[in-house]
Amino acid sequence: MIITLIISVLIVSAIGAALAFVLVLSEKKFNDYGQCKININEEKELIVTGGKNLLSALGEEKIFIPSACGGRGTCGLCKLKVLEGGGSVLPTEEPFLDKAEIASNMRLSCQVKVRNDLKIFIPPELFAIREYNCKCVEITDLTYDIKQFRFELVDPSNINFIPGQFMQFLTPVYDTNTEETYRAYSISSDPADKNHIELIIRLVPNGICTTYCFKYLKIGDPVRLNGPYGLFRLTDTDAPIVFIAGGSGMAPIKCMLHHMKNTNNKRKATYYFGANKLKDLCCVDLMHQFEKELANFRFVPSVAATEPGETWAGVKGLVTNAINDDLQDASNSEAYLCGSPGMIDAVIKLLRQKGIDEKNIFYDKFE
Amino acid sequence: MNPEQSFNVQIWQAFIVFFSAIFTQNILLIYFLGLCSFVGVSKQLKTAVGLGMAVIFVMTSTCAINWFVYHYVLVPLHLEFYRFIIFIIIIAAFVQFIEMVIDRYSPVLYHNLGIFLPLITVNCAILGAVLFMVIREYTFIVSVGFGLGSGIGWFLAIMAMAGIRERLANDRIPRGLQGPGITLVIAGLMALAFIGFTGVLQQ
Repeated sequence: MIITLIISVLIVSAIGAALAFVLVLSEKKFNDYGQCKININEEKELIVTGGKNLLSALGEEKIFIPSACGGRGTCGLCKLKVLEGGGSVLPTEEPFLDKAEIASNMRLSCQVKVRNDLKIFIPPELFAIREYNCKCVEITDLTYDIKQFRFELVDPSNINFIPGQFMQFLTPVYDTNTEETYRAYSISSDPADKNHIELIIRLVPNGICTTYCFKYLKIGDPVRLNGPYGLFRLTDTDAPIVFIAGGSGMAPIKCMLHHMKNTNNKRKATYYFGANKLKDLCCVDLMHQFEKELANFRFVPSVAATEPGETWAGVKGLVTNAINDDLQDASNSEAYLCGSPGMIDAVIKLLRQKGIDEKNIFYDKFE
Repeated sequence: MNPEQSFNVQIWQAFIVFFSAIFTQNILLIYFLGLCSFVGVSKQLKTAVGLGMAVIFVMTSTCAINWFVYHYVLVPLHLEFYRFIIFIIIIAAFVQFIEMVIDRYSPVLYHNLGIFLPLITVNCAILGAVLFMVIREYTFIVSVGFGLGSGIGWFLAIMAMAGIRERLANDRIPRGLQGPGITLVIAGLMALAFIGFTGVLQQ
């Protein structure tokens, strides 16, 4: 009796094990797609092991596509273009794609399985986000409390960003700072120089990252940045531009001016830069240089108050006074603002009085 | 039926069993097996077709496979009493296997049909058909006919239900009867209609 019982249990287990074995073998056989090449934007080629979905295959290669549902095909965020090798659109993707997107080969990357070589297109701003290991190569004093830091990109050694975007700076553990902290700073350097990044940083009293940069960071030190992020950027219209910045808000505007120079952009542009005191003015020489090199650019610095004994021939008063006096017929202009929240709110109010449509006012608030 | 029957007689038997499984012995409407997915997935014709096709395929294949397993493994080893477990394991493994094959060779079919395959693994109609096949002592050919017929019968029933429910979608149904309630009432009426086929075919 007991022997029968044992034998029958063994037989049933054996059948179960045999079936499991067959399944494991067939999983190996059917799910083996070998090594697949993924060509991204005709720029980069990855070699990945097939069988995974595209979203996780890219994630393993440190290319991060936004996804909120974790690849289950319910959020519809992980869209990208699969130009070759993706097969047809699956029923699970249809609810998230409209006709125009289907026509342009848009797919949900979590639903596309890597079965063969793929050719895909990722919007450059997504494709570019990654971590950069850098080396600090230059520290320049712009004013008494603003420094410009120049970093050489080591790994990866090149960056593509849109002027106006920012990077996150990883502040390491130091002295009183017990955990790694990220802080965002706009890129100020010439976008044509793909091997370097410059950030303009103003010392914030007791600021974790600014204190590190001002007191501890030395030339030659390794630095980790990630990015680029942000939607603050020039439009590609022909409308006259009004730039307005204060303090380290200089950074993204400077970057945009470099870019305008590189692309020989002839848009009319006026740059109102507000400083509290004469010693807060920075990059004046460079701006005058831009006035010569750009077809239609004017730099209007203003100083709110002069110390006794100083002479200032330019506009006196707050930046809003300068705009109020200088800016004529602004209704068809686009405004680009960068600086402290107080300054930005005051300027937006003024610009609306001047007739600029709110949808043509773009800003990057330092908070 | 005994295995010595000639091939032609078996084919004829299979033919009769095939039709009776669709109409007079409909596994869904006469035996009420596989009701949970019948109620759950009959809201739209499109998904109902997908599930119905998957049931036809899996029912036919598992009847064939389990016939061999029963007659060539369980009977010689005197383990007939294990058939419930063994049949379930084999159905589950088979469905997994098919899922992998479809995924590999036809992504579109996989996404149309594949999402229903795991649902079918635990569908009682599949196990029911296999067990009927054993109880009624069908030969192999008749078993395949029975599996195919049962699958098509299930497919027809869910198609009819989905068609009715799509038409009902815009109708005013008393609140207490909405959803599964009215579906079960309709299923009952359909079953009554199918009972009308009884006597057309004698087993």
